[in-house]
Amino acid sequence: MPQFPMRTVLGGEAVGGLLDQYRDVTPRGTVEFLRRLARQVEGIRMLNVNSTRTGGGVAEILQRLLPLFEELGVKARWEVMAGSEVFYRTTKSFHNALQGTKQRITAEMYEGYLECNRDNAKRLDLDAEVAMIHDPQPAALIDSRPRGAKWIWRCHIDLSTPQPTVWQFLRSYVVRYDAAVFSLPKFAQRLRIPQFLIYPSIDPLSDKNRELTAEAVNRSLQGLGVPWDKPILLQVSRFDRFKDPVGVIEAYRLIKKSHDCRLVLAGGTAADDPEGAAVLAEVREAAGNDPDIHILLLPPTAHLEINALQRAATIVFQKSTREGFGLTVAEAMWKGKPVIGGATGGITVQVIPGETGYTVSSPEGAAFYAKRLLNEPDRLAVMGRQAKEYVRHRFLITRHLQEYLAVIIQLCRGAR
Amino acid sequence: MIEQRAKQPFRFVSCMELREILGKRAMDESRLLEIIEEAPADSIYYHTHSYYLRHPYSQGVFPNDFATWAALHAQDRVLGERLGILDPFEFDDIEQLRVDILTIIDDHLSHLRTIPRSATGEPFEFVRSHVIEADLGLQAWTLREFRETMADVEVGAVYNHVCEARLRKGRLSGDFAGWLSAEDGLGLPDLAAVVVKVGRLGLSLEGMRTRIVRLCDGVLGAPVPDAHRLGR
Repeated sequence: MPQFPMRTVLGGEAVGGLLDQYRDVTPRGTVEFLRRLARQVEGIRMLNVNSTRTGGGVAEILQRLLPLFEELGVKARWEVMAGSEVFYRTTKSFHNALQGTKQRITAEMYEGYLECNRDNAKRLDLDAEVAMIHDPQPAALIDSRPRGAKWIWRCHIDLSTPQPTVWQFLRSYVVRYDAAVFSLPKFAQRLRIPQFLIYPSIDPLSDKNRELTAEAVNRSLQGLGVPWDKPILLQVSRFDRFKDPVGVIEAYRLIKKSHDCRLVLAGGTAADDPEGAAVLAEVREAAGNDPDIHILLLPPTAHLEINALQRAATIVFQKSTREGFGLTVAEAMWKGKPVIGGATGGITVQVIPGETGYTVSSPEGAAFYAKRLLNEPDRLAVMGRQAKEYVRHRFLITRHLQEYLAVIIQLCRGAR
Repeated sequence: MIEQRAKQPFRFVSCMELREILGKRAMDESRLLEIIEEAPADSIYYHTHSYYLRHPYSQGVFPNDFATWAALHAQDRVLGERLGILDPFEFDDIEQLRVDILTIIDDHLSHLRTIPRSATGEPFEFVRSHVIEADLGLQAWTLREFRETMADVEVGAVYNHVCEARLRKGRLSGDFAGWLSAEDGLGLPDLAAVVVKVGRLGLSLEGMRTRIVRLCDGVLGAPVPDAHRLGR
């Protein structure tokens, strides 16, 4: 991890650190406010626990947040659970069940889950004044909470329609936390503990979101085999039916009748996901031999390529029919692109119709608004600028950090 | 007079809102009425005041969430308009505001044969906020210092000293006007009297900031401030 030397300037505020790199991209006064806010919990020992060090949105944001916590004087640590393949299969079933897909969970699976949590409680250093436990995998660690510590369950998944038996099992652990944090109000459940609302965020300085030169974008596109010779319509998402990639192709065909353009569908590889492979086959069939449709299978590390595609795109789609939060929307908006998204989940709090993009419920709706934007480049440019400003105020990592600090301050009031 | 130094400085304190989901949802206007009746005052406050802290693009059709939900989701424009005209700055406490909201919804429903429901499937989700303050370490002893700091301060401070001060802390004139008029402040009651009214103009926080800075400039005799600092 890079080190950032600190220096002090008038007024006693340190500049030259990691946080100061965010000054130019965040709203006025954000960095000073963060430093002042953090003084209320300076020196506090904070622990984060999740189930993976790399891959996935939780690990990605923790990697970025921890150095910022450190710089603000919060002694933040990150522990990762260890589990057998059976444990991860079980928690994958939990995950699906909690997100509304019916699963069969046996008594042995529940017991295996608890046993793994007990083993990790012995192995991990859980000593901290505040702990943020991420998602269902480590939730049962609450059994081993040190006396006096404040524990927060951070739920990153869509809990709006959970399978009741699985939720009842998990709920018996969640209610013993001091608070829970959800990404949208509709993900919250009936609980007797405070449930805070914190949207996820993007890091404007990460490879996926940092500024790129036109030359770098061009180079990336050449590497991906996508000519940059006409407007690019883009959707970045897994090949999953809920992301409706076939619907995006239908929209493209309606647009193509009047506007020459390319469609890029960029997503992760689906080798270990039988359903993903089936969806990918459907997408390929729908695309046929159209040379202007590009289906890109990118590895999880292709951050710069995704960044370049989003910057090269004229319009970005996220035409999901069901979505958790859908941070790819904020990523595209940060690059000044209007987004046409499905009216579902977190897309509805990111896309403000007529201001930062449009929300739609059909391929026809997506095509209608895309054509309108292609016909009116001035409107497209204004909307793109507004989209970026909106993300600057609502979906950057600095706002996320502020809200995590606020939760800690709220829970620790009177306790320190 | 205008160069006078206050006995006590004005300290700029900013704030942010931590949102707590209450787990109470209304799918129709009748249930909306019931929950408004029993919701904590902090929730009524959140849904009628946090508008000012939000980005202009997400402020919705009307400056309170009840009106916006009625118009957009229950597709009841009449109720939306009747609630939308409510000005939170006309109320001295949140319970008065709650009573007015309840009266408007109750009266409206009494004239309808069917209760409007959310047509979009989106319920009204009740949230309340906890305000977390942070002293910015900035203080002003003179009107000029006040004006300069005001022009550049983090916008949450404007919210804290105008909105929070009034309804949650019971300082009805707001902190800026209070200090401007106070004997141990600057003792400028005329300026304070116009600053009080800024909160009632229906402006965004940036709009309030700009207006207060211009009012200070009027007293200081300074030219209209440079737009790029105030308009960002």
